[in-house]
Amino acid sequence: MPANAVRIRLSVNGRSHDLEVEPRTLLVHALRDEIGLTGTNIGCDSSSCGACTILVDGQSAKSCTMLAVQAEGCDITTIEGLADTTDGDGLHPMQQAFHECHGLQCGYCTPGMILASVSLLEEYPDLDEPGVRVGLEGNLCRCTGYHNIVKAVLSAAGKEA
Amino acid sequence: MIPAAFDYVRAGSVEEALAALAEHGDDAKLMAGGHSLIPLMRYRLVTPGVVVDVGNLNGDLRGISVADGTVRVGALTRHSELEHSAELADACPMLAHVASMVGDPAVRHRGTLGGSLAHADPASDLPAAVLALGATLVARGPGGEREIAAADFFTGFLESVLADDEMLTEIRLPVSGGGWNYQKFNRRAQDWAIVGVAVAENAKGVSLVNMGSTPMRATAVEQAVAAGASAVDAAALAADNASPPSDLNGDAEYRGHLARVLTERALKAAGIA
Repeated sequence: MPANAVRIRLSVNGRSHDLEVEPRTLLVHALRDEIGLTGTNIGCDSSSCGACTILVDGQSAKSCTMLAVQAEGCDITTIEGLADTTDGDGLHPMQQAFHECHGLQCGYCTPGMILASVSLLEEYPDLDEPGVRVGLEGNLCRCTGYHNIVKAVLSAAGKEA
Repeated sequence: MIPAAFDYVRAGSVEEALAALAEHGDDAKLMAGGHSLIPLMRYRLVTPGVVVDVGNLNGDLRGISVADGTVRVGALTRHSELEHSAELADACPMLAHVASMVGDPAVRHRGTLGGSLAHADPASDLPAAVLALGATLVARGPGGEREIAAADFFTGFLESVLADDEMLTEIRLPVSGGGWNYQKFNRRAQDWAIVGVAVAENAKGVSLVNMGSTPMRATAVEQAVAAGASAVDAAALAADNASPPSDLNGDAEYRGHLARVLTERALKAAGIA
């Protein structure tokens, strides 16, 4: 490791990981390459597309626009750990809704889309359809499969699309 | 792109942050939420030797309080906190609204008011908002604290009067009533404004986004409204003295047109006939 590498401890999906990283290591790369959680995808690499969205202390954040060192002391949730944040044995209700409404086409944007949606409903519980569309503006689906994605989020919110 | 290598200092206090800035001078960069700095570092437009992370300094530096006609916002208060603050919605609703227009929800969870102001991007929403609202920015440096009027703060493209060894700690705003409005025109979701217009306090403060190298007051519009001009006549002066950029989103002439149209809309929405 380079001389300026730092030791950090990241809490990801309830597990502690001791890492030695360069300060310039982006959080998304630490998650994928150091910890091996490849469910967080890299899309645009410039904080526009939202494919790398994770939860930091329960709130959506783009892991390509955070340094791994910034995340020390935060609770990180990736798509691999989302189901464990609920009481049940199965999928998180948002994952279940995406499954039932077929809220995906190729699936590349799906991890980020689901985590952004979980955070969105937490922040704005009363969203209607236009609100969901605006609220997901930071997450791009290049299959343009938005219709079923919006339907899934509304379904998870207990509202029929 | 990966940022160029740098050394990382996580400041545990304002004093520690200032000491790191004093030690490393213009080779150091302060980072709050990092949502302006990290993209610039990734494009290698900025290559600081040392990044001083103040993102975890909460306490007085994060939060909103209102007393004696003044709203105090800690520099590390995040956009989403401005957006959802009931106190701010009451005491300075325009700032809460403009914060809700920044980027997308994920960006608003990380970005901070102080960071956005210190970054001094003329295309950003919040610098123009504090300008229209007549804010006072509080900076701390080795010599202590100083207050800077928002009108004196922005000096050039991504440049402010902040010295290399200073950091913003607080933003003070007068409790504001009266008609206000914010118009933001862009073509892509979550994008910066091609042109934006902020109208505060029945047009006592009118400012423009992306109409020059700094966020700027539209003083001709303010004066015309104060003298009794109609929204239409006042808005016609919106691009006077502006030197808007030309880029792929529009040339300077188009931006001037947009500024006049959006100013008219903003003035009318703020209740100026």
